[in-house]
Amino acid sequence: MRGIRLLAAATILLGAVVGPASSDDPLKVGFIYVGPTGDHGWNYQHDQGRMLVEETFGDAVDVSYAESVPEGADSERLMTQMALSGYDLIFTTSFGYMDPTINVASKFPDVVFEHSTGYKRADNVAIYNARFYEGRAVTGHIAGHVTKSNVVGYIATYPIPEVVRGINAAFLAARKVNPDVEFKIIWVYTWFNPPIEADAANALIEQGADVILQHVDSTAALLVAEEHGIWAFGQASDMSEFGPNSHITSIVNNWAPYYVERVRAVMDGTWQSTDTWEGLSTGMVEVSEISDKIPAEVKASALAVRDAIADGSLHPFTGPINRQDGTMWLAAGETASDGDLLGQNFYVEGIDEELPQ
Amino acid sequence: MLRLEARAQPSALMQTAAPLLALAATVVGGGILFLILGKNPFVSIRIIFWDPLFDASLVSYTRPQLLVKAAPLIMIALGLSFGFRAGIWNIGAEGQFVMGALAGSAVGLALHPLEAFWILPLMVLCGIAGGIAWAMIPALLRVYFRTNEILVSLMLVYVSYRILTALVTGPLRSPIGYNFPESRSFHDNPSMHNAELWSGTGIHIGILVAGILVVVCWYVMRRHLFGYHVNLMGQSNKVAGFAGVRINLVIICCLGITGALAGAAGVFEVTGPAGKLSPHFPVGYGFTAIIVAFLGRLNPIGILFAGLLMALTYIGGELAQFILDAPAAAIQVFQGMLLFFLVAADLLVNYRVKLAVPGGLFKPRPAESDAGGKST
Repeated sequence: MRGIRLLAAATILLGAVVGPASSDDPLKVGFIYVGPTGDHGWNYQHDQGRMLVEETFGDAVDVSYAESVPEGADSERLMTQMALSGYDLIFTTSFGYMDPTINVASKFPDVVFEHSTGYKRADNVAIYNARFYEGRAVTGHIAGHVTKSNVVGYIATYPIPEVVRGINAAFLAARKVNPDVEFKIIWVYTWFNPPIEADAANALIEQGADVILQHVDSTAALLVAEEHGIWAFGQASDMSEFGPNSHITSIVNNWAPYYVERVRAVMDGTWQSTDTWEGLSTGMVEVSEISDKIPAEVKASALAVRDAIADGSLHPFTGPINRQDGTMWLAAGETASDGDLLGQNFYVEGIDEELPQ
Repeated sequence: MLRLEARAQPSALMQTAAPLLALAATVVGGGILFLILGKNPFVSIRIIFWDPLFDASLVSYTRPQLLVKAAPLIMIALGLSFGFRAGIWNIGAEGQFVMGALAGSAVGLALHPLEAFWILPLMVLCGIAGGIAWAMIPALLRVYFRTNEILVSLMLVYVSYRILTALVTGPLRSPIGYNFPESRSFHDNPSMHNAELWSGTGIHIGILVAGILVVVCWYVMRRHLFGYHVNLMGQSNKVAGFAGVRINLVIICCLGITGALAGAAGVFEVTGPAGKLSPHFPVGYGFTAIIVAFLGRLNPIGILFAGLLMALTYIGGELAQFILDAPAAAIQVFQGMLLFFLVAADLLVNYRVKLAVPGGLFKPRPAESDAGGKST
């Protein structure tokens, strides 16, 4: 992983500057989404970014999107068709588009690609992702405070570093304020499947959870929490309207400013193949309005945690932290490197669950 | 007032004309759909049906891609057509496709990083075996326990999805993929890569196999005793029984053929266009192939054209999505219309529309329908 980051850094220095499109024609920008824009989660937030691009540049851009594009061969064909149709800049917004993006980019060196949440780059492929774990540290902090049963439920998707990192960040923050807290984790092996997400939420509640954290995209868990009168958090977009009583806050992915900046860079001819990983400090990750239904002092301390992470005075992974098996990961005062975080494939000490391998 | 009247004989003309009628109705219905969405209906239809075939900037890519997308549909639909002709309703080709891909992939991945010319053929054989094995579950349950193969085969699709997820998050997961739920890329090992035969076209060996199978299936269906037995069973199990057809054997063979072809298609797809296993690998070829089979009148030549037409709606539909900003759901509704209108048009095979005096809408076949039945 470190190797990749180093390589990435080297490529930034060498990064080819891609020339601007002819100034008369509008810049053609395409977005490819893995699910429906109406999911009120992951894809919805990317689409919000697309709208801001349209709003900001008006007639200078010609923006289109395709939704519910299956990862794999179908997405590769769609990207190729976009490139053949004269698109200048294409955002591919799901991990599974990684290899297709790289393949198509190699065939169209004059088209610029931006791939989110992956790890492969090229001269005309930049990558971007958000430090969602920073938001999870804030939600974990709140969860540790508000749980009465000391059981926090967590709906997880796939055991990839991204998700494992989120669980660890939330757990460490919760343990910090509540040494008795325990996490129950259910792996649903899907990013978006409301009935399965609701089943998982119910199962967690049966196991005693009175707070539910989720990494899945739909609002199902919030609806279940609302029904049972317990707490829950939203994911990807502000989901407060789906749980008037249960919703505490949502971790919001705000891609819009990044999209505007990247479109402008292509227009100006300053676009480079970069590797972006930003969080609370730049606003790529936001913590939405925290509910006043939780105690005021918890809300205040949660905001303090958020601000401390944003200004860099607090790192969610600060030692001493041991791995689940008891071996040392970070010494006292040491903070995790990006390389460690990007490849994270273990639980931290204290999580009483087995990580599927 | 219009009245439907039973025909004495199914109309051979309508048998052929129904899909064309359905296509025409879909074009009109789709045009209206796009009009309601605020898109120019003529432009929309042109983008879906014309541009992938004739737009100068696209054709060098989209024409061969039609074949890439159609090949698995055609292979699976060919397999399904035997069962459907015999009245055996295997709805689970999707599961057989997945299990074939899994079986072939597992063998290939077990041999990695070995390189040898026989690896891809072996993977295809294992895929065929995997597809057959999965199809044998509904087949044997039907033969020995008289279970309903529609339900069993359909439910096994969802089981196969779960097995796929379990394997790509476990034993078949790529050791160099940061725990992401996917296998190694088959493109990285030349012996497992179902590579394109001509650069830039995407045409792979599976497409040639699909083409050969069209001819083989046509021969078996028309000229071989097995095809005769299948058709006889479709008329009536009893008649077939009297004629000496071993009904249980035909059931097993029909499901086995579908499993074999779906399994092979799965391996061609995963080692070629898809490149790797992941939970997103199945995109519904096995279900879409059911539409293709019926659209093609369960006739191999018909299936060839139906598969290409279906592929055209996918590729044109993708173009329409980003050129017109049409929602994905609109494209799916458009594709759904094709099946809907086909089922409607199929009514005309057995019934004729007549201007008539008030009476029942459906006039049944037996005795009282004398007048209608005979006045041809």
